[in-house]
Amino acid sequence: MRPASEAELAEAVAGSVGPLVIRGGATRFVGGAEGEVLQTSGLAGVVLYEPAALTLVVRAGTPLAEVEALLASERQRLAFEPPDLRGLLGREGVSTIGGVAAANASGPRRVQAGACRDAMIGVRFVTGRGEVVKNGGRVMKNVTGYDLVKLMAGSHGVLGVLSEVSFKLQAMPEAEATLVLEGLDDAAGLAALRRALGSPFDVSGAARVAGRSLLRVEGMAGSVSYRLGRLRQMLAGDATVLEGTASAALWREVREVTALAGRPGDLWRLALVPSAAAEVAAAVGGEAVFDRGGGLVWLLLPEGQGEALRTAIAGRGQAALIRGAGASPFAPEAAEVAALSAGLKAAFDPRGILNRGLI
Amino acid sequence: MDMPSPDASILARKARILARLAAVLPKDALIGDEAETRAYECDALSAYRCLPLAVVLPRTTAEVSAALRVCHEEGVPVVPRGAGTSLAGGAMPTADSVILGLARMTAVLETDYDNRFVHVETGRTNLSVTGAVEAEGFFYAPDPSSQLACAIGGNIAMNSGGAHCLKYGVTTNNLLGVRLVRMDGTVITLGGPWGEPSGLDLLGVVCGSEGQLGVVTEAWLRILPKPEGARPVLAGFSSNEVAGACVADIIRAGILPVAIEFMDRPCIRACEAFARAGYPECEALLIIEVEGSEAEIAEQLGRIRQIVLAHDPVEFREAGDEDEARRIWLGRKSAFGAMGQINDYMCLDGTIPVSALPLVLRRIGEMSRDFGLEVGNVFHAGDGNMHPLILYDANRPGDLERCEAFGAEILKLCVEVGGCLTGEHGVGIEKRDLMGVQFSAADLEAQMRVKDVFDPGWLLNPAKVFPLAASAGRRAG
Repeated sequence: MRPASEAELAEAVAGSVGPLVIRGGATRFVGGAEGEVLQTSGLAGVVLYEPAALTLVVRAGTPLAEVEALLASERQRLAFEPPDLRGLLGREGVSTIGGVAAANASGPRRVQAGACRDAMIGVRFVTGRGEVVKNGGRVMKNVTGYDLVKLMAGSHGVLGVLSEVSFKLQAMPEAEATLVLEGLDDAAGLAALRRALGSPFDVSGAARVAGRSLLRVEGMAGSVSYRLGRLRQMLAGDATVLEGTASAALWREVREVTALAGRPGDLWRLALVPSAAAEVAAAVGGEAVFDRGGGLVWLLLPEGQGEALRTAIAGRGQAALIRGAGASPFAPEAAEVAALSAGLKAAFDPRGILNRGLI
Repeated sequence: MDMPSPDASILARKARILARLAAVLPKDALIGDEAETRAYECDALSAYRCLPLAVVLPRTTAEVSAALRVCHEEGVPVVPRGAGTSLAGGAMPTADSVILGLARMTAVLETDYDNRFVHVETGRTNLSVTGAVEAEGFFYAPDPSSQLACAIGGNIAMNSGGAHCLKYGVTTNNLLGVRLVRMDGTVITLGGPWGEPSGLDLLGVVCGSEGQLGVVTEAWLRILPKPEGARPVLAGFSSNEVAGACVADIIRAGILPVAIEFMDRPCIRACEAFARAGYPECEALLIIEVEGSEAEIAEQLGRIRQIVLAHDPVEFREAGDEDEARRIWLGRKSAFGAMGQINDYMCLDGTIPVSALPLVLRRIGEMSRDFGLEVGNVFHAGDGNMHPLILYDANRPGDLERCEAFGAEILKLCVEVGGCLTGEHGVGIEKRDLMGVQFSAADLEAQMRVKDVFDPGWLLNPAKVFPLAASAGRRAG
């Protein structure tokens, strides 16, 4: 199925007995859903772009690359830096903006500018009942009715099929630079990142890869150099600076988790209280890429380490198995919370035909 | 304003319901006496009042849970209340409802500077959250203008914003997790200090649900390191159009001030008469604030000065010191008080696309003449969140109704140009019956289904948000 309009999409869902597998570019799906493929690539195109209002409204099947190119032509961007995970997950295909929204796909700038869900200001979608629903809109501040925009962000298609998404945008900065700290172990290297994040120097990336701690600052040229200097002072030790495209290339590797791509083993995605990151990673071993000052950890482990991992986390966060047997985009939920999620799923998709098996 | 008629069977059972609540709560946590419940008959939308059946003021999540369980078993509606500062009637009771007030739950449970969060009880006021962390150089970013009085619980219910959300976002962007008590008394945790949902983003839909999905008793809030400094500038213009174009150019230039506030002529005049901030005589005025170190402030203000001067301002004023900065903000911060000095007023809160600003202000001016009521506009210009203040005389028969009709026309206009009914105050009872202007029946149905899941009996704040006709089949009684 490849509907060419929202009306066709609604008709297709209403008329289907399912199950349906919703597919944008198939570049970032995790876990198994089986059924007839519902392709969203026919729902493409920019509905509205107002650079002076930092607003973009775009159909869900539009390729991410097209969106990014359009914004770049006006020196603007999606602040949340959607990662390209094809390498990490071993996928091919063309990422769509709807897939980005459905996965709440967010990069390192989340520490400063928020996640995809924070930039999403409106959605249109078709529920599992085949009804067209809109929520939010094209303005930045909107508390009219319930915020189903947030509910749809990261819902991986289990409540409805996105047909349109609105974003608030960000101007591209004039300059960017990265401070690279060497010679620290994980505990000290992550502590340095947390100190920087607690400083007023407006860090827009705080990661640790292959024994190096990375701190990014962006903005007006004078401001970038001032803040780099202050951070360097604050975090005395071996440090080098990468600027411009060299800095940008480094953060591409961070968000795409290049260090762990194409490697055998189970891949875990941990959301943690940042100060727990070094200890959790050390407790289970394996290889880690730390982002968000330790708030996000990608961990490559041998099979069957789930129990040990949860024991190490000890209530200070959560873990989802992203690649491996039984992978799911969702971390396990407490029973009372899972019951509410199941209730919502049944309310929006009572026949259970959308991405069945994901939740 | 219609409210559903109270359920006679609940009124008849008042003594029994109070006795059951008394049995599970400390003596001073239950108020049934009319002289004392009167303080809870309205919120900041004070044109509408109603005495509740009773008021409970629990001190712990366990007490909240126990009170809700009783109300659930008795089928009694519950209206959660933070500090009662809602401008939309979000905390207004009905005669058959129990007010559940959070005012006694104000503790700071944990501050964690290393991980940049604070864990608080939700009766705590917005400003005192910052108060708890500022000695260490941190602050809580959302800053609604009622921040001295309003409670975090109410902020979460309404997804409150503020003047500085252009840079820092609104409540939902700064909320990491909550402890939520469902109507049946079940206590659940959504999110947590690590700031991610495990499955669906239930926290995202709870924030802004106006107390209809559960009672939030604790919250994990993101705190941010305070910037090194901040400074406002003031720019006066000869027309709303020019001021609007200047805002657009600042945004296009890639500058992100923490605030861009807009005031139109009626509002400037009222503020000047009231606060004597020394504002220039002009049609439109912008206050633009930037943050950073001295050098960073200078760099940003240099760019802003260039852009403003290109728009031929009536005046451009930079704050040379703290006192001048305070005077620039003085008029803006007294805007509501200034308008209130002239007359009673109704404060609206629609959001529009920034590009529609000149058109919308012109139309509001025309409507003001048609309705014969004065209106002044204060406006978060960077994000399009308008605050038209319509003046009326509460003692003159028919004036309130005329004012409400005028307000409704303005909000319809906001929707017509691509905006929405409310940017940060919430729907409550005030905009409930206008929801059909912005949403289709299917849009509203999808939202109401969320409430069905969280509160199947529709007992939590039931007569709010959705048009009464739309929710009639779901509400009890």
